[in-house]
Amino acid sequence: MNLMMLLEMAASGLGDRTAVGSKTTGLTYAQLFDRAQAAARRYRNSGVEAAVLCDESSHAVPIMLFGSAWAGVPYVPLNYRLPSDDLLTLAGRVGSAVAVTDETNLDRLASIDAVTTVQQGDFLADPAGGHTIGAEPGDWNMDPDDVAVLLFTSGTTGTPKSAVLRHKHLVSYILGTVEFMGAGEDEATLVSVPPYHIAGVAAMLSSVYAGRRIVQLPRFEPHAWIDAVEAEGVTHAMVVPTMLTRIVDALDERGGEPLLGVQALSYGGGKMPRPVIERALELFPITNFVNAYGLTETSSTIALLGPDEHRIAQYSDESTERARLGSVGRPLPGIEVAIRDDDGIDLPAGEVGGIFVRGEQVAGEYREKGSLLDADGWFPTRDGGYIDADGFLFVQGRNDDVIIRGGENMSPGEIEDVAMSHPNIRNAAAIGVPDREWGEQVVLVAVADATAPEAAELEDLIRSRLRSSRVPAHIVFVDELPHNDTGKLLRRVLREQYAHLGDGPAD
Amino acid sequence: MVDLKAGARFQSTVCTTEVIVVKGAGEVDLTCGGAAMVAAGTGSIDGAPADGAADGTQLGKRYSNEAGTIEILATKAGDGSLAADGEALVIAQAKTLPASD
Repeated sequence: MNLMMLLEMAASGLGDRTAVGSKTTGLTYAQLFDRAQAAARRYRNSGVEAAVLCDESSHAVPIMLFGSAWAGVPYVPLNYRLPSDDLLTLAGRVGSAVAVTDETNLDRLASIDAVTTVQQGDFLADPAGGHTIGAEPGDWNMDPDDVAVLLFTSGTTGTPKSAVLRHKHLVSYILGTVEFMGAGEDEATLVSVPPYHIAGVAAMLSSVYAGRRIVQLPRFEPHAWIDAVEAEGVTHAMVVPTMLTRIVDALDERGGEPLLGVQALSYGGGKMPRPVIERALELFPITNFVNAYGLTETSSTIALLGPDEHRIAQYSDESTERARLGSVGRPLPGIEVAIRDDDGIDLPAGEVGGIFVRGEQVAGEYREKGSLLDADGWFPTRDGGYIDADGFLFVQGRNDDVIIRGGENMSPGEIEDVAMSHPNIRNAAAIGVPDREWGEQVVLVAVADATAPEAAELEDLIRSRLRSSRVPAHIVFVDELPHNDTGKLLRRVLREQYAHLGDGPAD
Repeated sequence: MVDLKAGARFQSTVCTTEVIVVKGAGEVDLTCGGAAMVAAGTGSIDGAPADGAADGTQLGKRYSNEAGTIEILATKAGDGSLAADGEALVIAQAKTLPASD
């Protein structure tokens, strides 16, 4: 198995269809295949161990992803927004590499001896770097255990680790979830997540295999996103929650006219505030919404909440159906999900525990730590949650984020959900701060609209729905919650910022 | 007989068909165009599909047996048709999973 098999099929089945870019000036599948061959020649002739991309989205993304697979070296997209020291640390761990990069990062990366840099424009003009031999159709390695992609985890809870994704994981994911040439000729997907996000990798692979044109938005900005949808005839898009929040606000600023052209909108990569998805369902009244849950280590999506459940939840008077909007849906075919307690015992429906997954697309491996799969192939996601009686998975957040107050484990998610059910609360984060008596106490950091409720009103709301231990000791209103650039809430930042509200550690 | 396991790739010896196994079922007599298939890259094309086994394969289509224990995907199309242990493999129904990325 090799990712190139996917592109080879697309090039042979629909060679003249546009693969990436605008319909008239973009690259066709046949041209993308040729560019990938050229890039493979550059990698093979330079004898490097990795193909690094340190740049925003461009045609170089699919060319490098497939070209590196052809050459037999891992594709390593790095976060080009990292501070210099962090970037050099990560790049230094990759080994010898050709790095395609922007002007800002060119000199920074060139300071590493093992890295040869090439500017994006030069790479796109001549992906082969002058080489005319070294890669022929079909001569990619078919070993399914070869490493296809190395992705650094976002490091919101510590030092970034490099997740290892092998060809067998990514190919299994695509064959298991995408129908070959399943997209119509007029379909186009707008990719606004950066290349170093797993969704950015998965979007390239699934779009190529489906035959769906890729339109790239290098720097997300909500008005630019809306304009691209209209100008490029976009029918599909994937966004992280912070993006959808801003798109919804931008559409409201424009008068709240619904966007009808988008056939399918999927979201994932973090918890979606309920008020945002509810407003989005109104602003995209005929769009098929998909909530996708997945991790870098699982080759993207492992569970999804489909379009019908979204619309049923929107229009239903029944509380179970409405609550589904907070679910990530059911596991994909071929994926098993189990909820386990701290001793590794499987828990029945409705009980909260750690989420474990198993399936061919589940990699669960880091360069630094090796495989985290157990003997039976189960991967601990380190997310907590439960499965309801109908098989819907509810994710409550990272285990690391659990608040422990007086020996009682509390999921921030349940407190946040109740807070956000208040009509004037747009977003909320519950964190634990050190407390002498209880170990930790709950602080709620909330974003309200123009008419912020009194703290006492929120406390009463939470007390009416949850046990009294969940009622925050402090409620702070802020204009915005801190997120990283792919939309993950930075709880660590909040814990540091509001540590003073506690009265210090128990020691 | 070949070992039909997920990820294994085979080629026809009587047409251009190539396949990858999505779901396997152990040792199976896998044929294309009436002739045994061999591991991809290990054979050459010689002759033509037999009568009654020449309906062809289509690029990107999945083929399965009636029991649903076997699923293979055509990565290159050809003139021969596929069979496992003598049972013709037929095009499996398309997946209806919505796009998620």
